[in-house]
Amino acid sequence: MTKITYSQAINKALTEEMSRNKKLVCFGLGVNDSLNFFGTTKGLVKKFGSERVFETPTSENAMTGIGVGMSLNNNPCVMMHQRLDFFLLAMDQLVNSAAKWHYMFGGKNSVPITIRLVVGKGWGQGPTHSQSLQSWFAHIPGLKVVMPSFPSDAYNLLKKSIRDPNPVIFIEHRWLHNIEQETKKIKYKNKQNLTELISKGKDFTAVSYSLSTIEMLSIKNVLKINKISFDLIDLKSIKPLDISVIKNSLKRTKRLLVLDSISHPFCSIGSEILSQLYREKNIKLIKPPLLKTLPDIPTPTSTFYTRDFYIKKNDILNDISKLVGKKIKLKNSDTILHDVPDSNFKGPF
Amino acid sequence: MIKKNFFKKIYEIQKKIRVVEEKIASQYSKNKMRCPTHLSIGQEAVAASSGLALQKNDISISYHRSHAHFLAKGGSSKKLFAELHGFEEGCSKGIGGSMHLVDLKNNFYGSTAIVSNSIPIGVGLAYSLKLAKKKNLVCIYIGDAAVEEGVFFESINFSILKKLPVIFICENNFYSVYTHIKDRQPEKRKIYKLASAMGATSHLFTQDNPFKLFKKFDELFKKIRKNPKTHFVEVETYRYLEHCGPNDDTLLGYRKLQDVKKWKKKDPIDFSKKYLIKNKIFKISQINNLDKKITNFVDKDFNYLNKLKKPQFKNISKLVYKR
Ligand SMILES: Cc1ncc(C[n+]2csc(CCOP(=O)(O)OP(=O)(O)O)c2C)c(N)n1
Ligand SMILES: [Mg+2]
Repeated sequence: MTKITYSQAINKALTEEMSRNKKLVCFGLGVNDSLNFFGTTKGLVKKFGSERVFETPTSENAMTGIGVGMSLNNNPCVMMHQRLDFFLLAMDQLVNSAAKWHYMFGGKNSVPITIRLVVGKGWGQGPTHSQSLQSWFAHIPGLKVVMPSFPSDAYNLLKKSIRDPNPVIFIEHRWLHNIEQETKKIKYKNKQNLTELISKGKDFTAVSYSLSTIEMLSIKNVLKINKISFDLIDLKSIKPLDISVIKNSLKRTKRLLVLDSISHPFCSIGSEILSQLYREKNIKLIKPPLLKTLPDIPTPTSTFYTRDFYIKKNDILNDISKLVGKKIKLKNSDTILHDVPDSNFKGPF
Repeated sequence: MIKKNFFKKIYEIQKKIRVVEEKIASQYSKNKMRCPTHLSIGQEAVAASSGLALQKNDISISYHRSHAHFLAKGGSSKKLFAELHGFEEGCSKGIGGSMHLVDLKNNFYGSTAIVSNSIPIGVGLAYSLKLAKKKNLVCIYIGDAAVEEGVFFESINFSILKKLPVIFICENNFYSVYTHIKDRQPEKRKIYKLASAMGATSHLFTQDNPFKLFKKFDELFKKIRKNPKTHFVEVETYRYLEHCGPNDDTLLGYRKLQDVKKWKKKDPIDFSKKYLIKNKIFKISQINNLDKKITNFVDKDFNYLNKLKKPQFKNISKLVYKR
């Protein structure tokens, strides 16, 4: 059984799309340096040349606008940033140009640009290297936002994003890069529904995306031992947001946990989901829904603080215990790693 | 002429920065300094000689590679070590880590982690110096990649327009992470000439002789304090270790071993030592004593960490807003 990692799946999708569309262009800091953007751009320059795949100056705002220009002129672009935080310099070109162009000029042309953003966590990424601002981007009409959790989805959604005639923000959590899946699961499915029920149960419905989906899966066994099962819904697409799968699941379970563990609470994707559900007619919950997010505090650097800043497994389990009204036996060591994605990781980036 | 005491100070501060950085490098693998850390080994001379030429009431502000600037402005190595280890006793209470240092007592207003982020803030600080009719200046340290951001041009334009007492010091180490400057900026265009074309009074200094470098900064700063204007200094320099972290990275292959060797051969600290001996300013034994004193001092500051208690998460929410 051969396996493929999330970053290899991205590399595969990029390589295939570059071959498929000779007009596609790919750029960003680190695309052609010694570490190939966490391995995701390996071999691209060799295969497609340094005109189509290139390093950029440290000029995020201009490079975004330049990408918009190329995209308007028949060269769809994939632009990438090793941290989402660096992309904040480019808000003018993203929000006032990329997102608006098609609408503002009466639909004459559109901006097929895909922007890959990596979210950092742990090892002191701190206040300006760890922000996950999907809810900002989702707020802007004209942008699409996707946040795949598994290699197969990263592969599929990156291809879909690249072929989309609109700007798409593709957000990767750094801790997903080494996650593996069987290679045979990596297939392009154009018509795949985005939001998906990925595991079925009966006691409650859990909604999550990106790293939080992996965190939900990591407590599945403990819950099983305690005779609790759940529907797990992986959003994959943040915008557009499709709550129909959630609605269907809630008809059966009537209990809801939204794990939005890489976001602050205010105006979050989680609070958007709850707000949309509140306005639905036929949803009757037995207990008030639970929304778990980071605190309303910027990420601290010190490892002594991040231990309590990030959500622990036991916190989630305690909340689930209250939600379903059953006792859960906790193991002391059951904490989600807050500082490193796995024991092999030795910082700093 | 520079007085004997100044020779000593210039040597001392360079050496102290080196010893602190080497301490961090040697201890980093213990996994207790858990934050992205950009060391200045190889680049100390610029920070040391400019830092010494600054007065206490002059302000400085810096970027992600800022340990040297912090120390040269008078920052405490104790507080730096504590910050890197995430203790509340750190200069930013462990919230900021290596890339967010501050020392208001010495008017080091902060270093930040987003390329070019601190440039306009430095210019703003200078504007308020002007409003307050103060005879001081603001020193803005930047790397060679900073001039690729739009905000650099916007800020220097304003600074020149308003005749603000600002000195930009650009430490050109030729790389941004693993990418050489020739892949990011037109090959024949010098950074200091770019600044000059913008309208700044612009200079190219070398770090080879830190004593001369000090003299140049000293004269320049005096001039700016007397006649407020925006100046720009580019200094070519070189980092010996990897971009981020404590290791030698020549094996990655993005730079030639030859280049690293070439720069190490003209190491400013080695030069300073030889210079002091050759010109009979100090005896070898005196310098060795000084080195020992510095090492002991830095060791003591590092060992002080053993006494510190783990900080409490509940305290940090109070920092989000000033009450
Ligand atoms: C806006 C922004 N883009 C990208 C980065 C990633 N980054 C961190 S350090 C660095 C290198 C900057 O090079 P330079 O200014 O020459 O400083 P040096 O590291 O060489 O001292 C880059 C690109 C960042 N921190 N901020
Ligand atoms: Mg540099």
